[in-house]
Amino acid sequence: MSPDDRRSDTMVKTVPEAENQHTPAVKAAVPTPVSVAAAGPHDVVDHAIARPVFETRDLAVLYGGKPAVLDVTMKIPEKEITAFIGPSGCGKSTILRCLDRMNDLIPSARVEGEVLYHGHDLYGSGVDPVQVRKRIGMVFQKPNPFPKSIYENIAFGPRVLGMKGNMDEIVETALRRASLWDDVKDRLKDNAFGMSGGQQQRLCIARALATGPDVLLMDEPCSALDPISTGRIEDLMHDLKSSVSIVIVTHNMQQAARVSDRTAFFIVDLDGGEDRRIGRLVEYGPTGRIFTNPHDTRTEEYVTGKFG
Amino acid sequence: MLGVARRHWGEKVIKAVLFLAAATSVLITVGIVLSLAGETIQFFNDEAVTLKGFLTDANWTPLFKDPEFGVRPLVQGTLVITLIGMIVAVPLGIGTAIYLSEYAPHRVRAFVKPTLELLAGVPTVVFGYFALTFFTPTLLNNILHLDVSVFNGLAGGIIVGVMIIPTVASVAEDAMTAVPSSLREGAYGLGASKRQVSTRVVVPAALSGVVAAVVLGASRAVGETMIVLIAAGQVPTTSLDPRNPMETMTAFIGATGKGDIPTGSTGYKAIFAVGFTLFIITLLINTVAIRFVRRFRQVYD
Repeated sequence: MSPDDRRSDTMVKTVPEAENQHTPAVKAAVPTPVSVAAAGPHDVVDHAIARPVFETRDLAVLYGGKPAVLDVTMKIPEKEITAFIGPSGCGKSTILRCLDRMNDLIPSARVEGEVLYHGHDLYGSGVDPVQVRKRIGMVFQKPNPFPKSIYENIAFGPRVLGMKGNMDEIVETALRRASLWDDVKDRLKDNAFGMSGGQQQRLCIARALATGPDVLLMDEPCSALDPISTGRIEDLMHDLKSSVSIVIVTHNMQQAARVSDRTAFFIVDLDGGEDRRIGRLVEYGPTGRIFTNPHDTRTEEYVTGKFG
Repeated sequence: MLGVARRHWGEKVIKAVLFLAAATSVLITVGIVLSLAGETIQFFNDEAVTLKGFLTDANWTPLFKDPEFGVRPLVQGTLVITLIGMIVAVPLGIGTAIYLSEYAPHRVRAFVKPTLELLAGVPTVVFGYFALTFFTPTLLNNILHLDVSVFNGLAGGIIVGVMIIPTVASVAEDAMTAVPSSLREGAYGLGASKRQVSTRVVVPAALSGVVAAVVLGASRAVGETMIVLIAAGQVPTTSLDPRNPMETMTAFIGATGKGDIPTGSTGYKAIFAVGFTLFIITLLINTVAIRFVRRFRQVYD
């Protein structure tokens, strides 16, 4: 298809998917078919999501004045797992980092458009990014525990936030929620770098949970882990989603299919030439439908492995 | 099929040349220690000198008619001036390092770093005259009214501190910049402020490098000669008041070495004894620092 066709084809059609809203995560690597209503020309904003934890409107990120991602408009539901998938450079991590204002740390980055968090403008003039990050936890691609003891890693967040309460209890609760307590309860004073990669990543999840956030953002949390550790993190995500909303960026389509309730598919738009790569949101909807009945041919090509 | 084994003469030559390069510094160090030790032993064999007197006497008058060889005034002078220097250099140097590594925008950094390196390039003799002709009369006496002597330990110490700020700042900054940004992101992601990230994550993770910076600074302060010779005077004293003139071990060596004492005299050998003492003090500082660094090192990879 010509570039012009693609452009006119843009933004996604989503089903009026009341029936799919609480689709349980698809466990199998090959997702089971989900009944899909007839496709209609819908906006990418999923109106079926009544109480979104995030809502983005025309969100765009520019690095040094050059757009990296454009026109992302979507609602992310509460207490569900939302996956961002797409080829490298499509801006999925960039959008994720907008959700807790981590892009503020990059001096050349500029964010345009709106991000609403429980209806509040995250980029409003009076909003302190430090306050935002207290409520929205983040887990990174490579496990990044602090070079301190296991205990001190968990206690770090509560301490910098000045949380009151028994620190031992806070640490134990966080470790239990990350199903790490039994592994480490006898060596809380040991350096976190003595743990395996998978344990370190669960420690990072526990560390993020210790401050009691209501959202957990995960930026390819399993890309550095072996399949067994990956499986444990995925089980953990299922356990956690009753209490926190999770947004996960993943390169691994099977992972998105296994863990997420909703999937957003991003692409790299090369219309402006090879040096003007712009990420765009193509399609967003219940995971089962995205994988079995995508409405956009680019999504279909990607999820069936024809490109990307 | 795999070819004929060739003789790698080139490799062997390069290996030998590189070995000689590494061996040179080791040999020179050994040579210095041996020459110091030889003269020092001769010094203590002199009938006017006893080890006990050297360590405990309160007077250092090796060139007088009735000489006394108590090294304490020189050691005290060195320690007082080093302490003053470190009080100046540690907070300013580490503060500069934290600022450059964590806070400074690119443009400010691009200006501050070369300026700092410029300061490191100022010859110490210039620092010495700066202390003697401007710092002491204008700042200490006319502006601060501290009523110090023309030669005094305070000006010497402060200017020694200024001299080592670039060393401390640059080594500490390298250590902080080497802390992986993933650790910073992790801390920011937990809601830490910039100050908390700097003080609770970056500085602890860079601690071994920061300590190395301080020790390197202290070694330079202990060994600094020109500034203290010019600005602090040549009066060995056990007074701890830095407003008075004092003499450091290095100043004694510098002043006596350029004087006209006969080779082989006791006063001449005293130079080596003081040098050996200085060597032992620096060695002690370095050993303690290395232990400290090993003990508190935070490994992050």
